[in-house]
Order: sequence, then structure tokens, then C-alpha cells
Amino acid sequence: MNLFLDAFAWLADPANWSGPGSIPQRIAQHLWISLVVLVIAAAIALPVGAAVGHTGRGRELAVRVSGGLRALPTLGVLTLFGTWIGIGLAAPILSLVILAIPPLLAGAYAGFESVDRRTVDAARAMGMREGQIVGKVELPLGMPIVVGGIRSATLQIIATATLAAYIADDGLGRFIFEGLKTRDYAQMLGGSILVIVLALVIDGCFAVTQRLVVPAGVRATRSPELRSGPPRLRAALGQPITEGNPK
Amino acid sequence: MITAGRGRLVALAAVAVGATVALAGCASGDPLANGSGDGDGSTETIVVGSQDYYSNEIIAEIYAQALEENGYTVDRQFRIGQREVYIPEIEDGAIDVFPEYTGNLLQYYVPDTEATASDDVYAELETSLPEGLRVLDQSPATDQDSYNVTTAFSEENGVTSLADLKDVTTPITLGGNSELATRPYGPEGLTSVYGVDVAFTPIEDSGGPLTLKALVDNQVQLVNIFSADPNIAANDLVTLEDPEGLFLASHVVPLVSDKVDDELAEIINTVSAALTAEDLVALNALSVNEQQSADQIAADWLAEKSLF
Repeated sequence: MNLFLDAFAWLADPANWSGPGSIPQRIAQHLWISLVVLVIAAAIALPVGAAVGHTGRGRELAVRVSGGLRALPTLGVLTLFGTWIGIGLAAPILSLVILAIPPLLAGAYAGFESVDRRTVDAARAMGMREGQIVGKVELPLGMPIVVGGIRSATLQIIATATLAAYIADDGLGRFIFEGLKTRDYAQMLGGSILVIVLALVIDGCFAVTQRLVVPAGVRATRSPELRSGPPRLRAALGQPITEGNPK
Repeated sequence: MITAGRGRLVALAAVAVGATVALAGCASGDPLANGSGDGDGSTETIVVGSQDYYSNEIIAEIYAQALEENGYTVDRQFRIGQREVYIPEIEDGAIDVFPEYTGNLLQYYVPDTEATASDDVYAELETSLPEGLRVLDQSPATDQDSYNVTTAFSEENGVTSLADLKDVTTPITLGGNSELATRPYGPEGLTSVYGVDVAFTPIEDSGGPLTLKALVDNQVQLVNIFSADPNIAANDLVTLEDPEGLFLASHVVPLVSDKVDDELAEIINTVSAALTAEDLVALNALSVNEQQSADQIAADWLAEKSLF
């Protein structure tokens, strides 16, 4: 328990809140790294996931690739990239992108897949082009699950971005590494607490976002549907169902 | 329903049994608790420990095999992490023999020590150890922090010693583990002792491949690598001389509990005396370059020296 008190004392020490290497600076670096990683990973994974979910093609491959990527230990990937491209932020960002792709990809294809095929067929019958179906039907209806994927990826990125400090002078991981190596456990634990709080706060923001992106039409009928609802509307709420003919 | 209920009961029982076995395993499975208490009579077991550092493990294995050749029963507790974990175990008598390094060990007990020359370090270490612990003779082999530059950097700037660094006109960045930033021989020591100002970049692999890569790519110009690391020779690095004694001399030295008697100490002292600095680099190279096991490296070295 004493260690926790020391950690909070470290967090409360004003000396740690200003100057180079201070807590605000490290938090800003940590968020910046996380944002860059999220944008790159989303640019890769979301279009691919949308294509897979929309067409239904390549699903097996997407599942296997994302499953395989999940098994990669990030520190190992980081060391591998580090020995190729050297120290600095490039190697950690690349390894974190690999970490973030599976949840983003899974969220995207599950989100697009979850939209009831009958809704899609109806849109097609009304004369919508494929692009319109993706943008105006599947994306809004699947959005809660897509955002869920982004939320899960972000949580993992923020927690793992501590590894950036392994080969760069960046991020909240610095407190953890430095505390560990110099036996300053108050600093180490304080740094960990900062990472946890940061992850929870950002996750909370995403939880709110996830509620807000439920389309108004679906939300309006939400509460009665959950009890007695026909499967079609439940599907629109984001639960993938397999009944019916998928095409 | 009955089948389902019974199935669930069986599953529950299995979990309960599994958990009990696992917990019992935890209770008696403390790897450091074994072999410590039951030590009376001539058949007592000597517990040899090592750090989680390949070179340290090789030395521990040499101690262990030397003791076994002399009729002792040895319990190996290797690859224990950091000093703050294993030192209390040695103090408690759970480990009897542990390869250590004079400078680093002294710094553990006396963080602000002034000693840097090897004899001073050893003398101060002998008086700084707590009750029940002692060090045997120090070996000529050293494995200490050292600052290294590339051959190209050394030739371009005419640098062979830390004292030459202050004449270098280009900015210098030092790379190493984050603790280096706060150690007395880190950037501050370089400024106060040699008048050199360096920037610092943390690379957390203890002079491993990432550190080497950063040095070779000129992302950093100065790195801290242990002097017995075979990579220094393999990459043609130049180890800078340290005329002012910035670094603590750090010889290989066995840290032992009071269970170690004169006869046993004699065996280990023989080993220590035979282990030269060149030997240690060569042994490390066998591990790093040839991927040989500590077991094999130790056996070959003992056979070659034919000490016993």
C-alpha cells in the first residue's frame, strides 16, 4: 500500500508537471503517437473491412489474417523493425499499426455484415448504386459496431504505446522504463496509473460516441424492439444474424 | 436435465480439483525456497544462482560444474531477474553462490560511492556487505560499463579516449538504457569529469542489437556497452579509454552466503583466478555467435583449463 501512496505523491508533485519530460508533455506525446497509429491503421483496415463486409468475399482470409496478426507479440515486432529502420518513432508506430489492424478490420467487416441483407436488397431494388448502399445504408446501420472496433483498437494502442519508450524518448512509457531501471517504483507505478487513466478516459469518450452514432431511425424504435422485436430491426441494431439468404 | 446437471457438477468438481492442485503447486513451488532449509551434514546442497544475463549464467554454470566435480551437490537457480529480487534471497540464505560484479554490486549497497579503481572498489565492497554475506577473491575478468564509438567516428575526430571528446565539434548523442541518464557516469559525469556535453537517447536493450544499429547508423555517436560484449570486436567498435576513472571498475566476483566454507571457497577462487578478461569475451562470443548453451561452454572451458 505504501507504494501506492508514493505513486500518488509522485503524481501530485508539482515538479513533475512542468519542464521537459514532464507529465503533460509525456501525455501529449502519448496521445500524438496513438492518434498517428490509429489514423494509419484505420486508413488500411476500414476500407478493406468495408469491402469484405459489403461483398462477403474474402471473409475467411480477413478472419485468418487478423487472427494471425493478433498473435504477434508487439515487443518482438518492435525489436525486429528497430533493427531494420533504427531507433526513433518509426518502428514503434509500425508495430502499433500491426497491433491495431485486427480489431479495426474485425469491427469493419462485422459492422457491414450485420446489416440485414433484406435492407440492402430493398435499397438495391429502390435503385441505389453500390456506392450509395455502402455510404447511405450499410455504413450508418453498421456504425455502432465499426466504432466498437475503433474503440477496442484505441484502447490497445494507448496501453501498448508505452513500448515506444523502448527505443525513443517519447510517451508515458518513459516513466515506466525509467522507474523500473532506477528502482524508482513510485515513478513507475505513477506512470502506469497515468496510462490506465488515459485509456479509461478515451474509452469513455468512445462509449459515448458509440451511442451517438446509432442512427435516429433505429434508436427511436430501440426499447420495444429489444423485448419483442422482429429479427430485422435487431439486426439493424448491430447483432449479426445468419438467417435468410445472404445474397 | 439430469445429464446436464451432472455434467455441470463434474465440470465444477474438475475446476475445484484443478484449482486446488494449482494452488498447492504455488504454495510449495517457490523456486527459491527449495534447498535452503535442509542443510546439515556433508550431503548439503549448494544453491548457485545467476542473473538473467547470458554471460552471468555462463559464469554461474562454471561455478556449478566446478563444485560438482569436487563432489558437491548443486541446485541451479538461474536467470533470476534483477538485484533487488535476488539479493534478499542471498541474504536470507536461499542462495549460496552468485556471480556478481564488484562495481555494480558496490553501487547497489553504496549508491554514491567515490571509489572507481578496482582495488578501492573491492576494498570498499568487502566492508559494505551486510552480515552473513561476503565476496570471495575477485577475478581478473571484468565486465563493466564502457563507452564505445565506431571506428569511423574515432578516426574522423581523432578520438580514442573520453578526454578527446571535448574537442569534437559535431554534437554527440549518447545512447543507452534509461538508468544511464541518472547514473553518475552518465551525461552529467561526462560533463563534470571530461567537460563533454552530450544529448541522451534512451534505448532499452542494454547495448543489444538496437543500440548497435543506432550507433552504426549514426543516430547516436556514443553508446554504453558492457566491456565483455563480443559485439564490440565484431562491429569494430572503439572502446574509449577512461583516464579519469569515470566508470567503476567491475570485476567478476562471487557473492557467497555464510554456508560457504574455506574448502568450497578455495574451489571457486581457483576458478576466479583462471578466468581472464579475454576468456570472458571468448565465452560470451560462443554464446552470442555460436548459440552454444551455458552448460556446454562451461564444460569446455573447465576441460580446457583442467583446474581440477
